[in-house]
Amino acid sequence: MRTTVKTIIEKYNNDKTRLMDILMDIQNNFGFISDKFVEVIARETGLSIVDVEQTLTFYHFFSKKPVGEYAVYLNNSVVANMKGRAAVAKAFEEELGCKFGNLCDDGKIGLYNTACIGMSDQEPAAIINDTVFTSLTPLKVKGIVQQMREGKKVTEMIDVIGDGNNSSPLINSMVFNNIRKEGPVLFSEYEVGAAVKKVTEMTPNEVVDEVKSSYLRGRGGAGFPTGLKWEFCRKSEGPRYIHCNADEGEPGTFKERVILTELPKLLFEGMAIAAYALDAKEGIIYLRGEYKYLKNYLEAVLEEMKTANLLGENICGKKGFDFEIRIQFGAGAYVCGEESALIESAEGKRGEPRNRPPFPVQKGYLGMPTVVNNVETICTVVKIINNGADWFSMMGSHESTGTKLISVSGDCDFPGVYAIEWGMRIRDLLEIAGTEDVLAVQIGGPSGVCIGSKEFKRTISFEDIPTGGAITIIGKDRDIIKDVVVNYMDFFIDESCGSCVPCRAITVLMRNKLQKIIDGNGVMNDLDDLVDWGAKMKIANRCGLGQTAANPILTTLENFREKYEALIDKDSDYNTGFDLEKAVADSCAYVDRVPNL
Amino acid sequence: MSEKIKFTIDGKQCLAKKGQNVLDAALENGVYIPFLCHVKGVKQAGSCRICNVKVAGRTMTACTTPVAPGMEVENDIPELHDLRLAIIEALFVEGNHFCPSCEKSGNCELQALAYRYQMMVPRFPYSFPQKEIDASNSKILIDRNRCVLCKRCIRSFQDDQGRNLFAFKSRGHKVEINIDKECAVNLSDELAQEIMDVCPVGALIRKEKGFNEPIGTRKYDKKPIGSEITSVV
Amino acid sequence: MSKPIVATTSLAGCFGCHMSLLDIDERILELFQLVEFNKSPIDDIKTFTKQCDIGLIEGGCCNSENIHVLKDFRKNCKIIVSVGECAIMGGLPALRNGIPVKECLAEAYLDGPTVGNNTEGILPNNEELPMILDRVYPCHEVVKVDYHLPGCPPRADLIWEALVALVTGNELKLPYEVVKFD
Ligand SMILES: Cc1cc2nc3c(=O)[nH]c(=O)nc-3n(C[C@H](O)[C@H](O)[C@H](O)COP(=O)(O)O)c2cc1C
Ligand code: SF4
Ligand code: SF4
Repeated sequence: MRTTVKTIIEKYNNDKTRLMDILMDIQNNFGFISDKFVEVIARETGLSIVDVEQTLTFYHFFSKKPVGEYAVYLNNSVVANMKGRAAVAKAFEEELGCKFGNLCDDGKIGLYNTACIGMSDQEPAAIINDTVFTSLTPLKVKGIVQQMREGKKVTEMIDVIGDGNNSSPLINSMVFNNIRKEGPVLFSEYEVGAAVKKVTEMTPNEVVDEVKSSYLRGRGGAGFPTGLKWEFCRKSEGPRYIHCNADEGEPGTFKERVILTELPKLLFEGMAIAAYALDAKEGIIYLRGEYKYLKNYLEAVLEEMKTANLLGENICGKKGFDFEIRIQFGAGAYVCGEESALIESAEGKRGEPRNRPPFPVQKGYLGMPTVVNNVETICTVVKIINNGADWFSMMGSHESTGTKLISVSGDCDFPGVYAIEWGMRIRDLLEIAGTEDVLAVQIGGPSGVCIGSKEFKRTISFEDIPTGGAITIIGKDRDIIKDVVVNYMDFFIDESCGSCVPCRAITVLMRNKLQKIIDGNGVMNDLDDLVDWGAKMKIANRCGLGQTAANPILTTLENFREKYEALIDKDSDYNTGFDLEKAVADSCAYVDRVPNL
Repeated sequence: MSEKIKFTIDGKQCLAKKGQNVLDAALENGVYIPFLCHVKGVKQAGSCRICNVKVAGRTMTACTTPVAPGMEVENDIPELHDLRLAIIEALFVEGNHFCPSCEKSGNCELQALAYRYQMMVPRFPYSFPQKEIDASNSKILIDRNRCVLCKRCIRSFQDDQGRNLFAFKSRGHKVEINIDKECAVNLSDELAQEIMDVCPVGALIRKEKGFNEPIGTRKYDKKPIGSEITSVV
Repeated sequence: MSKPIVATTSLAGCFGCHMSLLDIDERILELFQLVEFNKSPIDDIKTFTKQCDIGLIEGGCCNSENIHVLKDFRKNCKIIVSVGECAIMGGLPALRNGIPVKECLAEAYLDGPTVGNNTEGILPNNEELPMILDRVYPCHEVVKVDYHLPGCPPRADLIWEALVALVTGNELKLPYEVVKFD
């Protein structure tokens, strides 16, 4: 065992900045990372033991204890719950006779909850040993459990094969693309390699200028102008890096899954163009661990691109245009989608966002200037180079040019990916998604806003309601507080990196106060407290996670205040929720006494 | 001598060195901005968020913000006062701070901030978390009940090979501090004292020491924290 | 004009806060000029005989009796003041919070080194006895508390100044030295 571990570490040149890969390989090999392994890693990489543990214990998919020959990670997002997750979870527990969070069947099968796995259009879904199982039902669970008990390989357990490249032998997955609206930009026909060829005839500055004049803004959520970001990066002395953000962790988002499946060449070409513009020699795709089922396929496409001279050395025959891409897998941490946390993680550390300044474009990966761009942003650049900035900026709205991929899920007939022009009204999107009786729409995932029908006339755009792409539709029969807000708050509590005091502590305190209200012990003052504490969260935290962690409560309080007020005891101005009967129950039971209250 | 940068805090004219952060510059200019995680000369953490100030309407941590020429910093304003107090209170309810029995009481910076900001009772309910104490090190006892996760210890102490003596474990509200069993095995008394002194609270305690100073003579018994810089009005 | 009426009690406390109240030295005479005491260990009145103005609570709540007494105070006093760390945050009794109450009882009556001759392993369960709560509760997490005076115990000066301010309606000005948590 020890030699295997050492071989793994040597494969990464005993390099502590590759700690993520080292841990991942060991986890995959042994199903856990024991104290002994940690000691070996520490010794071989020159880290202290606590430092290795610091990274290890940060990520959901690393474990110091065995996770089982089969590790079932069942998504527990809002949409999964809407689609019948409870029955599926119950089926797993009943079949195995054990609860989630535990090892069952003498350590053979482990049951775990996990945050959104990017399958909101085909929930309930789970990942078992890197293989995705979608549209689960209690009946299907029965079959899966039986096959696990028989020792079948997970890849042989899938019963349906998805469409498009999902059926290619290198992916061979149950996942469906569900592309509902292709739009004129990303999914349109194009000639692979034409754009990168074209840029080799331009100067890097001309490429930056072209992107600038398209007014392309980042698709990852923040909407920073892409050309400007590249220009800033060029101002810092290299070596420079381009990182593609494929962490796609915002619950309800899955559009990048589809790009990675159907358009990986577009993405790699875009990265090569960015590399040319930035004079970068190395790029990283930071891919969420949940999408490991695409690993072999993406690696094969990378090889193909190299063979075609679209990556590697002297790309398109241009001397000195060398560029390599490596895939860095994440291991279950939403915050690693934040660009500086992503860089920390790619350097083998806990995914804690950095303080700014310096910005990544000044000091990023390994202290060098780094551009982090979203998958969709990078892909869009290729089409801009091919068709021209003017063609692109004609589409969309005033401050938001072009199109946007939207991941639609929840209570609708046609969940899937929609390429829309910026400026589309929410109402129109709801119509084509096949909805009726919509109570609320969550735009931009948990960190975004929850709006009611009064706001459906508003538009999806940076100037109105911006979004990284997740749109979750909440039907009339849902209980918005219990079904949605609670889940989102728990998500933020689990995913905070834990560095900032407000994000780490006040999120929990807000969640507890919410529970107090749900339990019928709320008073009007509690609502004021939530607003006040939430306002503090917005301004006091370091990164977007903490700054938006109160949004599920804040935006529903704003748009659905009556739902909260209905839970409030209006006759009382003070209620601690203290319950004497509950408080004495344990001790009375233990001393064998009937409580006399 | 290099050019000094002019800026203001609550209207008061201040001078900073090039590249200096707002917090250090403020303290040098006789303006107290409260903080907990900052240690002079050590890489900023920007994690306690107590030194939040306002610049052009935006809140930012003074310790991580470099002074820019002409910058107008707001510090002593009611909004920030309440924010800082809320953070201090959140720390009190997040851990188990039994001041009456703590070796650091009277010399604790968290407690001192609570005094300065006149915390009578936190606005949040207490959470009484269950935390483990680590007494395995021969010189230092770690009482995680009192740790405010400021990372001062992580950032301050490395062994001769550059390896960290302290590190975090886990994430979110489950984060806890850990000491390395190998790198921190033979701490000298001096280093142990330094470690205890760096910790703002009583989470890192030297074994067989404590309660050395009688009540009344401790650091914050008579004078508020920061009063050597700006007195409390 | 009649004097304001004060009641005091010690819940899960050590009477240290009451001692500190007595520590106001000769001002105690002044205090008796200012106020009248009702239910309180100071005058040994066991039950409320009239509505009071101020209730001083020492100690947090560790059992059902504490809860009843606290609620009784809330009902009978216009203003409730938590006096001392135990009333405010549970204090040292709250060191048991986080440990399941069963373990605490087992340690106290069955397994601990001071159990002595409880050879039959008897756990107190007479219905006359107060019932133990799952944890120690700060007073304001049970009933509304109007003011808090920290300290273990609160400095005599703090108690004095606060009482005078409450009784006279004057503004409370607290010197730095008097507000302490230990
Ligand atoms: C908590 C958090 C999570 C994020 N997750 C993602 C993500 O999964 N993908 C992404 O592209 N951007 C994400 N972002 C935004 C990135 O920080 C960054 O703005 C983006 O990758 C920049 O790329 P763009 O300019 O192309 O949009 C996240 C931000 C925060 C604060
Ligand atoms: S806001 Fe939250 S997630 Fe972001 S750095 Fe601070 S603690 Fe970490
Ligand atoms: S042990 Fe002390 S110095 Fe270290 S993180 Fe905790 S409070 Fe800060």
